[in-house]
Amino acid sequence: MSSENPIWALISTFGLMSLFAVGGAAAAVPEMHRIAVEVHHWMTDKQFADAYAIAQLSPGPNVLIVTLIGYAFAGIPGALAATLAMCLPTALLAYYVSRLLNRPSQSRWPGLIQAALVPLSIGLMAASALILAQSTDRTIAGLLLTATVAMVASVSRVNPLWLLLAGGLLGFAGIV
Amino acid sequence: MSTDSAPAAQEPDVPASRTGPPGLAALFLAFARMSLAGFGGVLVFARHAIVDQHRWMTADEFNETFALCHFLPGPNIVNLSMVFGSRLRGIAGGVAAFTGLLLPPTLIMTVLAIIYARFGDVEVLRRSLAGISCAAVGLLIAVVFRMMTPLLKRMDVVVLVLMLGVFTAIGVLRLPLQAVLLVAIPLSIGVTYLMRRKVAA
Repeated sequence: MSSENPIWALISTFGLMSLFAVGGAAAAVPEMHRIAVEVHHWMTDKQFADAYAIAQLSPGPNVLIVTLIGYAFAGIPGALAATLAMCLPTALLAYYVSRLLNRPSQSRWPGLIQAALVPLSIGLMAASALILAQSTDRTIAGLLLTATVAMVASVSRVNPLWLLLAGGLLGFAGIV
Repeated sequence: MSTDSAPAAQEPDVPASRTGPPGLAALFLAFARMSLAGFGGVLVFARHAIVDQHRWMTADEFNETFALCHFLPGPNIVNLSMVFGSRLRGIAGGVAAFTGLLLPPTLIMTVLAIIYARFGDVEVLRRSLAGISCAAVGLLIAVVFRMMTPLLKRMDVVVLVLMLGVFTAIGVLRLPLQAVLLVAIPLSIGVTYLMRRKVAA
């Protein structure tokens, strides 16, 4: 794999991954971590956690963490290749399926399949949270910060950006 | 280019009637705008722009479109842009919305990647990013909890076991995603089908 053209490696990796990413970008994070850090060593554990933070902090769909992974491995062409490979195939699939289903008489299968996928996608997202917490929360203060943000965001409707900023300030001050 | 959003106020009697399909440039701009507003997720802004602001879809139409995109693989909101754009203006509309959603933030992200590669070792930036990562994980946990609440309320044991199984396989045992889903998806669909038949009978 490693002797191949890096662009092609990115395209095949993320193109294939996107087809199995049920439940959105957050659900695919563990697989991205496994591929980019553990299998191919495109980036370190620390770099991956930073990339996740940057993707959360900046505007746009959070799936764009793949842009950062692609850049880390193969520069600007890698960034663009990874982004398109992750986003385009499933968007085209969605286009064709939507045309197929765009008829008034629908069976109950779409609803049933969707209900069946719900627990799986929640399980995937929970796994993402665990894996990311293991690489970010290395101190007691960090763990406390994560727990606090989780609680505040669960019970209130604070703009998430403020919580991210607060985390950044605490880090900047050297507390976390 | 004239803006297509203005005529929404002219016919208040017709609920959510669309003001004709928007042009390709309008689609591109609308999705670029909601994407750049969407810190920490685009869905909320997408719904606001499509349903409330531009009235390109009714609330029900939007829900149906999003539901479809949710059970298909891939990033939901990216799928939504393609499906939505193509329903209004064919495949060209889909590409316009898709590009609008992705191009501006991808450029921003690339610039950030370059900055990080240059200055990622600077201690202050590292510390700040570490704090942001801790908060970002907290946000993710909160979303998981919110989604889990209805399942916990119903106390559907089979569903909870499926959820825990996927969590353990991926999060603790670190098995490959494809293998886990190849087992879990048919299993879950089968179980859901059987449970619904039992309820119906």
